[in-house]
Amino acid sequence: MTITGSKKLQQAAGGNTDVALAARGLGHAYHGRNVLSSIDFEVRRGEFVCIVGPSGVGKTTLLRCLAGLQASTSGTVMIAGEPVTEPVPGVALVFQDYSRSLMPWASVLHNVTLPLRANGTSRAAAREEGLRALTLVGLDDVAAGMYPWQLSGGMQQRVAIARALAYNPALLLMDEPFASVDAYTRADLEDLMLRLQRELSLTVVLVTHDIDESVYLSDRVIALNGSPASVADIVEIPLGAERDQVGTKSTAEFAALRGRVHALIRGSRGSADATEARE
Amino acid sequence: MTPSTARVARTIGLEIWLPIVLVVVWWFASANSTSVYFPPLSSILGSFAHDWLDPAALPKNLVPSLQLLALGYLLAVVTGIVLGLVLGLVAPLERATRPLLEVLRAIPGVALLPIFIVLFGIDLQMKVLLIAFGAFWPVLLNTIDGVRGIEPVLLDVSRVFRVGRMRRLVSIVLPGASPQIFAGARTALAIALIIMVVSETIGGNGGVGYFLLNAQRNFAISSMWGAILALGILGYLLNIVLRIIERSVLRWHRLQQARLESQP
Ligand SMILES: Nc1ncnc2c1ncn2[C@@H]1O[C@H](COP(=O)(O)OP(=O)(O)O)[C@@H](O)[C@H]1O
Ligand SMILES: [Mg+2]
Repeated sequence: MTITGSKKLQQAAGGNTDVALAARGLGHAYHGRNVLSSIDFEVRRGEFVCIVGPSGVGKTTLLRCLAGLQASTSGTVMIAGEPVTEPVPGVALVFQDYSRSLMPWASVLHNVTLPLRANGTSRAAAREEGLRALTLVGLDDVAAGMYPWQLSGGMQQRVAIARALAYNPALLLMDEPFASVDAYTRADLEDLMLRLQRELSLTVVLVTHDIDESVYLSDRVIALNGSPASVADIVEIPLGAERDQVGTKSTAEFAALRGRVHALIRGSRGSADATEARE
Repeated sequence: MTPSTARVARTIGLEIWLPIVLVVVWWFASANSTSVYFPPLSSILGSFAHDWLDPAALPKNLVPSLQLLALGYLLAVVTGIVLGLVLGLVAPLERATRPLLEVLRAIPGVALLPIFIVLFGIDLQMKVLLIAFGAFWPVLLNTIDGVRGIEPVLLDVSRVFRVGRMRRLVSIVLPGASPQIFAGARTALAIALIIMVVSETIGGNGGVGYFLLNAQRNFAISSMWGAILALGILGYLLNIVLRIIERSVLRWHRLQQARLESQP
């Protein structure tokens, strides 16, 4: 009763049902040391948002709080209008280290279908959905039968993406998913994510330390800086739906956006540039 | 197929040449032995064939041992894995019981024989429990280590994708700990074999230990040597069985290790 009541209240109070994810005054401390402080942002359904910041700023911590893997020390995370205290249905996560996030004893297909089997999907249906998800990321039946460690790093991360897609997520979280693959593979995987996000109308929150990557992929970039980290600014990326590695990245618009995000992340030292870039 | 067959043949060749040489040396060195304690190998082999290869002798000499070993060892492995999973997953419980476990496992299983006789008598039940007690520790402690060593990212994966407790146990925890569990099971097998022989010297239910004691009492030295040979071969064969099971269950692990080693 109370839960339904409070839900109605929120919606009455302007709670937007288009908001897939919201962080409100989110803060996190490890052993009394503040890592995140009053993080505020919203992600709308169907949006591709990148959270960008230097290594060690607290991106993984933030993502773990968003996923409900870790309780924040202050503030709240709202997913579909409900506060998150533990992992909730419909949220998938692609971890940074594919070699550790895939089960080495299970075939690629078994890795992908584990979440489906766990939520009660029959073996046959899970197999079918798993193979379909693998096809979406460009892996065939042969790869499905292999062990993940028999594949290249890029292929393994595709498996992790397929596992997330098979879960049919309302929200897809990704923690530096392309940080440990080579530049060519990374470009391929970036384009794969852009295509999948468009075709499946996914809501994606991707964390990265790579400014180019954040601008290239996003509808909006959330720039983190400082210690403890907070949101420096949120930058709209009006580069349109069709993007490509060479064309998009060589436009003046891209360069300006990159410069702006860069300045934001550099914090106080770059704040003058940031103001400049904004004008 | 052929290269792998050739490799197996070569491995067997490498493993078997030394035993053959030793047996040949033993054969000729002991051929004219008149020592009561070191009879000629030919006479030992004669006893061996009579006591251990004759189907009529097996129900008395070997079957009771195998039965005892199977019951005690399986009991040890099953309880070791189950309790190991529990203690591995519940850290406070593990911390609380750790000192106790360290003391208990330091007690040699055979040292408990007198107490077990008092508690459980001298029949099958006592022997099974004694074997189980001795062989339990390596399985338990290895399972705990295996569970605690599971990749934490995989546990995060199972939480995010809301994999239930039971499925997590079967699909992630157990396979993740399985290399350690098998290492424990191998140690446990050796211990179980020792306790089996010792416990069989109690009571008159047959088996290898009983046979050994009997042969000694009757001063049948060739039979004693034959029984020791039989024990060695039994242990060797049981190890091979365990290794075959391990090779198939841990196929992924073997292949993955081989791949890691072949990469710089
Ligand atoms: N479990 C933890 N315990 C203590 N400190 C941690 C823990 N995880 C991360 N940190 C610290 O918090 C800060 C942010 O880490 P992290 O979120 O991993 O940053 P990023 O992902 O941006 O590289 C770092 O200084 C890191 O050392
Ligand atoms: Mg990180």
